[in-house]
Amino acid sequence: MIEIKGISKSFENKDVLTNIDLNLERGKVNMIIGKSGAGKSVLLKCLVGLFDIDSGHILYDGRPFSDMGYQKKKEIRKEIGMLFQGSALFDSKTVLENVMFPLTIFSEKSQEEIKERALFCLRRVKIEEQANNLFPAEISGGMKKRVAIARAIALQPRYLFCDEPNSGLDPQTSIVIDNLIKEITLEFDITTVVISHDMNSVMEISDFISFIHQGQKWWEGSRDDILTSENKEVVDFVYASNFMKAVRESFKKK
Amino acid sequence: MSIFSHLGKYYILMAQAFAKPDKFKVVWKRVIDEMEAIGVGSIPIVAILSIFMGAVTLLQMAYNFSSPLVPDYTEGLATRDTMILEFAPTIISLILAGKVGSSIAGNLGTMKVTEQIDALEIMGVNPQSYLIMPKMVAALCVFPFIVIVSIFLGTMGGYLASLLTGVVSIDKYVYGIRYDFEPFYITYALVKAEFFAMIITSVSAYQGFITSGGPKEVGDSITRAVVYSCIIILLFDLILTQLLLTA
Repeated sequence: MIEIKGISKSFENKDVLTNIDLNLERGKVNMIIGKSGAGKSVLLKCLVGLFDIDSGHILYDGRPFSDMGYQKKKEIRKEIGMLFQGSALFDSKTVLENVMFPLTIFSEKSQEEIKERALFCLRRVKIEEQANNLFPAEISGGMKKRVAIARAIALQPRYLFCDEPNSGLDPQTSIVIDNLIKEITLEFDITTVVISHDMNSVMEISDFISFIHQGQKWWEGSRDDILTSENKEVVDFVYASNFMKAVRESFKKK
Repeated sequence: MSIFSHLGKYYILMAQAFAKPDKFKVVWKRVIDEMEAIGVGSIPIVAILSIFMGAVTLLQMAYNFSSPLVPDYTEGLATRDTMILEFAPTIISLILAGKVGSSIAGNLGTMKVTEQIDALEIMGVNPQSYLIMPKMVAALCVFPFIVIVSIFLGTMGGYLASLLTGVVSIDKYVYGIRYDFEPFYITYALVKAEFFAMIITSVSAYQGFITSGGPKEVGDSITRAVVYSCIIILLFDLILTQLLLTA
């Protein structure tokens, strides 16, 4: 479980996050949604320690991550897997080497065992064996995301962070990635945090949703709650498209 | 950002780069890879430049020292000393600032804007130590060899020029490059090579690491890395010459 207690962050006197409280539970897909520029990505970067927060606390299963020094943070980071918006695969390494990389650095296992674990992770995300020796530039966007997920789970993380996992993907591939995130969350019983704009993802896989607006936590609840919410900003964001408006109407009729 | 802010950030980056690595075996493998990229990869351009520099230097010396008052071995001696004192360590370093420096800044800048460096950090890897330190260690190891190769090929270039043009006889050229040899000049050249290796890799790595934005900013970082490396090399050339040769 990740507890966020009253965190704030500003850049050059501009408040980006203001007094955010959140509890992100284990074994669930916790979605953070909001408009572009609302502060979602900054919140994610604060959570993983890429940005230092100005005030408040972030606790990973009771451990005060935000108050720790570099070395202690490093220990918690080994329990974190992250899927970046652009996948962030190492372009000088092959698909297999990318997944083996965290294991090579942190695992005391033999090279053979490391390779076996990496191959298991790649099979888990349904990457065909022929792709293992290709470089990131030679594979599709959807495959890159799957390889990034394989790399993120290689060290059996306790926490998985996904920054807009569906950006730039077609609807069919988006569903594959969404389902993979959901399955991995349940299979490994990890705390998953997903930043997304994609309402399909929100309705498909979220267990808990937080809506960030103007750097503040504006609303939180479940999938069903969001369909019946009367909060103006939430309604404007979620039902921006005619399709979603139709979904809301049919839900109300039921 | 002011120059003091950059200097502060540069020193912090260097301190992080030389922190204890996560796994020595991995870093050692990277040092070997970088030695191949920086050292072996630079030999062709260094060879071509050195041969031509040596040849042209001899021709210019022969043209300028045409007085009967100047001993006829002077062209060989002057070519040798020019190669050792300035051309091999400084001019070759300026060329390598373009080749190696741009490669380092471009590589790290691209990694920065595509979040690959963030990915390393989130994994718990020290990105500065993993990415910068092997490049610096590799450059410090291979630059002296590159300078030695350049000195050798430069004097060979002079030999070829005397052989092909006949402006100086081969015997006089060989006598000149062996005459009154000062071994300290080699030490001076190698000390300069080590300083310049440090400047090129650290300045370029810093420019790569502070890149933010997209492809345009990566290009800007590469330009800054090369320009700043060249200026600092020339500044240190002056300081080291004053300290080592004239003090």
